[in-house]
Amino acid sequence: MISVGLLLLAWELYATYSGIKSTTLPAPSRVFEQAMLNREALVDNAIPTIRATLIGFAFSLSAAFALSMLVDFFRPLRRALFPVFIVSQTLPLVAIAPLVVLWFGFGLMPKIMLVALVTFFPMLVALVQGYEATEAEIGQMLRAMGAGRWRVFLLARLPSALPYFFAGLRISITYAVVGAIFAEYAGAAKGLGIYMLNAKNNFRPDLVLAAVGVSAALTLTLFGLTVLLQRLAMPWERAAGQHPAGTGPWR
Amino acid sequence: MSRLELRHVRKAFGRLDVLADISLSVGAGEFVSMLGPSGAGKSTLFQLLTGAQHGEGEMFFDGTPLDDHGRHFAFMPQRDALMPWRRILDNTTLGLEVQGIRRKAARARVAPLFAEFGLAGFERHFPAQLSGGMRQRAALLRTVVQERDMLLLDEPFGALDALTRTAMQRWLEQMWRRHRWTALLITHDVREAVFLSDRIYVLSARPACIVREIKVPLPRPRSLGGADALQTSAIEAEILDILLNPEPNPHSSKGHDHD
Ligand SMILES: Nc1ncnc2c1ncn2[C@@H]1O[C@H](COP(=O)(O)OP(=O)(O)OP(=O)(O)O)[C@@H](O)[C@H]1O
Ligand SMILES: [Mg+2]
Repeated sequence: MISVGLLLLAWELYATYSGIKSTTLPAPSRVFEQAMLNREALVDNAIPTIRATLIGFAFSLSAAFALSMLVDFFRPLRRALFPVFIVSQTLPLVAIAPLVVLWFGFGLMPKIMLVALVTFFPMLVALVQGYEATEAEIGQMLRAMGAGRWRVFLLARLPSALPYFFAGLRISITYAVVGAIFAEYAGAAKGLGIYMLNAKNNFRPDLVLAAVGVSAALTLTLFGLTVLLQRLAMPWERAAGQHPAGTGPWR
Repeated sequence: MSRLELRHVRKAFGRLDVLADISLSVGAGEFVSMLGPSGAGKSTLFQLLTGAQHGEGEMFFDGTPLDDHGRHFAFMPQRDALMPWRRILDNTTLGLEVQGIRRKAARARVAPLFAEFGLAGFERHFPAQLSGGMRQRAALLRTVVQERDMLLLDEPFGALDALTRTAMQRWLEQMWRRHRWTALLITHDVREAVFLSDRIYVLSARPACIVREIKVPLPRPRSLGGADALQTSAIEAEILDILLNPEPNPHSSKGHDHD
């Protein structure tokens, strides 16, 4: 928090006293002022971005979850499919985004696809790795109790994957916002991405930065939500931080 | 009449011979220990018994071949294997839930045992909030409530400090006298084996075979010191001698057959 404040202060001082033109580097105060003046347009353009982010992410999350289970139950699939996904991760977004827009138009579809493309693989890897992190002894014990594979998955593998899942979620949600903005940058009717592009073309770096501020706020909010969700979903994590009970008969 | 009987059980992981030749039996209501050096293959034997791995040789339970895994044994793994995300009460009912018993009924069955296991008041705690000794007792409770024919205990107290371990051993001996479980215990603690067991199998280093079977005719309740202290330490000394001065392993592939 303090570091962000200091950075803004230094920026403000530099922009004001270095004599640099405000059309090149606007001071934070000007960015804020313009953001306030244009808040309706910003909100109007933020909504499609949020929609694309959430729908695309929900889509990739469901797909990653379904596929992670499939891969967990049929190991050979993993070796067959993973190379494809890894290649999908090496595609440069800059090159892919305009193509996807070209193929699927200016609507919501290409945004969802790009968001899914950048978030799907991290989520899949997180989940698969999470299942693998299940303590071998727990699996052995459950099978000795008479549990089948499905039971072992539900009782042990899925909960074991939760910390990995949330780690993946925190990273992916930030990718998702970037992915949506990139898709809009390549072509959209409305959205923070296209808003930034237009502001840039109109020589309004202050408005570009205002839009950047909005997207940063969006990312932080989503990030905060995942942290909150993790707290709620994993109450034992916080319990572990408390002092262990020391009042048993033998410590 | 022995309940569990193994005849010439062998197991290799790839080219690594782990179990060379294991024949043993455990009678009804008998407490038997397997004592052997670390890495000998003791846990591997439990993997065979619980069906996690398959080996060669014959395994019988009550005279019938052991193929229907997961019916006869309540297994306590080497690490306590408590699920961090389940409260202690729900950890202890796990085996019953897997057997298909309703959660409520399972809880009702386990709850009265919490006092006996020194866990009263900790039903709603998470495993991370318990001490090492309490975790082991919770794991043991989870194991015995399954009411299977036989307990398989893999170093239940291995991770504990000496004082807690001794306390737990006394507690377990007392519990065993009350319940008379048929039990097979893995340990590499000589005193623990002598203190708890009716019989002890001493294993060689890997590839493991049984080098000695030792009866422990000490009266119960067992005590530390007291009238039987002399006999106890004689047995302990005998086992230590076997472990520390091993005869050449006849199954070892790395023989000294060249100059
Ligand atoms: N699933 C497995 N795959 C390959 N090797 C294994 C497997 N399980 C055990 N081993 C090997 O078998 C050997 C015996 O292991 P095991 O866990 O049975 O020893 P142990 O007698 O229980 O030792 P400790 O007293 O330290 O627990 C080890 O060398 C181990 O590396
Ligand atoms: Mg072991």
